[in-house]
Amino acid sequence: MSLVHEIDYGTPVSKSAETVKLTIDGNEVMVPAGTSIMRAAMDAGIQVPKLCATDSVDAFGSCRLCLVEIAGRPGTPASCTTPVAAGMVVSTQTERLKQVRKGVMELYISDHPLDCLTCAANGDCELQDMAGAVGLRDVRYGYAGKNHLKLEKDESNPYFTFDASKCIVCSRCVRACEEVQGTFALTIQGRGFDSKVSAGMLSDNFLSSECVSCGACVQACPTATLSEKSLIDIGQPEHSVVTTCAYCGVGCSFKAELRGEELVRMVPYKEGKANHGHSCVKGRFAWGYANHKERILNPMIRESIDQPWREVSWEVAIDRVASEFKRLQSKHGRLAIGGITSSRCTNEETYLVQKLVRGGFGNNNVDTCARVCHSPTGYGLKATFGTSAGTQDFDSVDQADVILIVGANPTDAHPVFASRMKKRLRAGAKLIVIDPRRTDIVRMPHIEAQYHLPLRPGTNAAILNALAHVIVTEGLANEAFVRDFCDLDAFEHWASFVSEPQNSPETVGSMAGVSPEAIRGAARLYATGGNGAIYYGLGVTEHSQGTTAVMALANLAMATGNLGRQGVGVNPLRGQNNVQGACDMGSFPHELTGYRHISDDATRTMFEKLWGVPLDNEPGLRIPNMFDAAIDGTFRGIYVQGEDILQSDPNTVHVKKALAAMECVVVQDLFLNETANYAHVFLPGSTFLEKDGTFTNAERRINRVRKVMTPKNGMADWEITLAIAKAMGFEMPYNHPSEIMDEIAALTPTFAGVSYDLLDKEGSVQWPCNEKAPTGTPIMHIGGFARGKGNFMITEYVATDEKVGPRFPLLLTTGRILSQYNVGAQTRRTDNVVWHAEDVLEIHPHDAEERGVRDGDWVKLDSRAGGTALHARITDRVAPGVVYTTFHHPETQANVVTTEFSDWATNCPEYKVTAVQVSPSNGPSDWQKDYAEQAEQSRRIATKIAAE
Amino acid sequence: MSASADRLVTMANQIGRFFTPQRGADPASAIADHLEKFWDPRMRAAIMAHLAAGGAGLDGPVREAVGRLKKAKVPEKGLSA
Ligand code: SF4
Ligand code: SF4
Ligand code: SF4
Ligand code: FES
Repeated sequence: MSLVHEIDYGTPVSKSAETVKLTIDGNEVMVPAGTSIMRAAMDAGIQVPKLCATDSVDAFGSCRLCLVEIAGRPGTPASCTTPVAAGMVVSTQTERLKQVRKGVMELYISDHPLDCLTCAANGDCELQDMAGAVGLRDVRYGYAGKNHLKLEKDESNPYFTFDASKCIVCSRCVRACEEVQGTFALTIQGRGFDSKVSAGMLSDNFLSSECVSCGACVQACPTATLSEKSLIDIGQPEHSVVTTCAYCGVGCSFKAELRGEELVRMVPYKEGKANHGHSCVKGRFAWGYANHKERILNPMIRESIDQPWREVSWEVAIDRVASEFKRLQSKHGRLAIGGITSSRCTNEETYLVQKLVRGGFGNNNVDTCARVCHSPTGYGLKATFGTSAGTQDFDSVDQADVILIVGANPTDAHPVFASRMKKRLRAGAKLIVIDPRRTDIVRMPHIEAQYHLPLRPGTNAAILNALAHVIVTEGLANEAFVRDFCDLDAFEHWASFVSEPQNSPETVGSMAGVSPEAIRGAARLYATGGNGAIYYGLGVTEHSQGTTAVMALANLAMATGNLGRQGVGVNPLRGQNNVQGACDMGSFPHELTGYRHISDDATRTMFEKLWGVPLDNEPGLRIPNMFDAAIDGTFRGIYVQGEDILQSDPNTVHVKKALAAMECVVVQDLFLNETANYAHVFLPGSTFLEKDGTFTNAERRINRVRKVMTPKNGMADWEITLAIAKAMGFEMPYNHPSEIMDEIAALTPTFAGVSYDLLDKEGSVQWPCNEKAPTGTPIMHIGGFARGKGNFMITEYVATDEKVGPRFPLLLTTGRILSQYNVGAQTRRTDNVVWHAEDVLEIHPHDAEERGVRDGDWVKLDSRAGGTALHARITDRVAPGVVYTTFHHPETQANVVTTEFSDWATNCPEYKVTAVQVSPSNGPSDWQKDYAEQAEQSRRIATKIAAE
Repeated sequence: MSASADRLVTMANQIGRFFTPQRGADPASAIADHLEKFWDPRMRAAIMAHLAAGGAGLDGPVREAVGRLKKAKVPEKGLSA
């Protein structure tokens, strides 16, 4: 194994279709027009010395090291800023160039600390490399003159340092922050000798500035000025393994760089097709949880949840699971147990859990946490287009002219994709945001939404119908597209429905709190502004009409012909890393892999033959139904892999009651999470760094997860599921996760061509991947829909039963923020807490004043489901009448407040709308105190008892 | 009405409100199809029992749909609420 070195071509690739031929140092080179001479030389294997250029940002031409000579042209132009021309004859190495370069390097080095031997970048420093490349042997100027060697370090960021004494002011960091990340946190302050890199205002440091700690500047820096603290601490890595981030649905590829089995740093991989070398603070830096002291490494059992845990061997723990599950089935029936797969786990692991439930437990009581986030996407897009997935790849956004974001907050929840989106917006694409909150993307440096529709939570379907109303009644529909690709009867029925007066912007606007002019303007822009691309998130799905709203988005795209090519489409932004994959893998109780219903005899028979067991043809319980059945006494045992249902599911009191009613709760996780407080068996899980497998991101891209180190708990997660199956008498013999993928491919038409060999060869592929599309399908529905004709559904607005009233006059909506991930089990155990140490309640100044609440005060937040207390933040980001919080911290338990109302089709909970009251408080509620005490009691671990 | 029957009625009526305005096929059969495809047998058995006991709270087409449900195959013991 060795380090994966990626070539730096110096300047970005040119997308021109035209090619140009030129000669560089006697070599003929053919490159796309617009390519820089520097990049063309690199294509020919000639490395022109450079410092201020790197291929992630546009050339700037400041260091003067990359000079070349061009036959017939005077002077020595910079190769990074000079584009190629046909017939050009270039020399990169002449006497004159050598002298100039030496002179340039001499100046740099004369103001640079010569502590190379003890410098963190030793061995990976471009300044050092260039000194070597230009043959610098002595420096005529001493340190006596004015220099920067005494400048102070900025160590405020928890993950990287800024050592100004080593800065060569090449501005690569500044440009990376602007062009790659789109945050504009850095500037070069001052001029000439006094110029220096500065984060934010002069008084700021990195932490207090706008910096979001994405790491792009650190990666771009050619010197040790910006360095990861872990690198400074450990030293240069000696090998790397390419793998996939385990946080969000963007699915960024990273090089895990190590010394032995010690992880030194995670560096975003340029070849990664989802991220093209960019990252966010979570994937780049927040991996310290893997070694956190609270991580559980030994299996544990207990007879009842009021007892302390006892550590036991794997055999004892697995035997306990199997014997308890068997006992419960013999006493309460075959349907009395089930399992939950996790979107945090690999495809192979989720596939195994559903196989265990269907084949080993003999029922279909398997569900996944996608139930509570994107299940409406699956149902809604299948009904309209025929495939339960987004239509585009991420790259498609580069061709979008109008971006419509609905109920999604990409800069926080999907940061790397958001950076791509922002780049496109800065290049002139128009933006419409439909969201109750003024999310960051509505207004940020060089971006301003043309329309922000701050609708009342719960009115998505109505607003989307109003957009459709404008499109149809103003004659803006793309009739040719509809005629060619959609069911015409369905369209006409739908068109007459959306044209009804109750769907007009005027009627809907007054009910939803949005101006009718804005609705009309947004509809016209989306329909007529060129390529229209829809991106949506949980703000669409997590409603009692989640599925309806997904269908309404699909209707809009079909009516305007915004499907089947680059730059358009309907794109769900998936929350967790493997939401798409967990759904694809047959985790839902009613369907097998590839979204085929369990009652379909032909499909089921295929599985029965391969697995060697009969399968039940009836749908099983969904997560909320499992809770209800547990309280009713018909559901007694559950195997939960990698999911914290107590913290993440709505109506905590109800979930607690359900868990407490069960006789055998088995939790497989890294930490004693909240659900584990009610567990009888704890099986320690492994991190994504410790196993092989695949994740499928929001663009249907199947990415490899590669084992970087030995599982600290002794077993990879897939092996644990195999052991349970075996103990229950259902053998699932695999030697490696690749064999699991082979089985998935054999059973699933959309995965037929997928194998680890193909993934290693291609890097990644997007399903469908089969005979028709051997290397995958970036864009779906080209030249026709997967289901045949596109199907318009009637999306009548039905107000949720969750209504404000005198007792609960405000609407609570929930979400997430950049630095934390989901229930926070991982990110809370990293330095990311410096950005978000607690959940706070955002409240409008008007509502705060009415209640006598000041910024930072403790407030009580009550709904009919329950109450909690947290600190208030007064902001006009939320409209009057709306409050907002996150659900990252168990101390707050925001979900104690959310209710059991759910989507009509899928039971996806209505997290986004809860009627609440806010009132001043002195501190945590009694409920929180009791909860904390119970949690502490429940996490006790007795001294290890020899179980062998 | 027990708490869980109450919840099933709410869920069934929600499904009904989506399918009722759809084009083509009669709403009751679309609702029945949805219940058969997505509700586990014990939930279907429970809503059928609720209908047999008068079906309080069920909207018109939903009531018709529940009436048309095939008797759910509820195996073995322990599945009654
Ligand atoms: S870490 Fe990212 S956001 Fe912060 S300064 Fe660097 S590039 Fe900008
Ligand atoms: S911090 Fe690094 S990238 Fe930024 S100007 Fe200084 S040397 Fe260049
Ligand atoms: S959390 Fe998402 S955006 Fe951030 S690095 Fe991981 S996959 Fe990429
Ligand atoms: S690399 Fe071209 S001027 Fe610096």
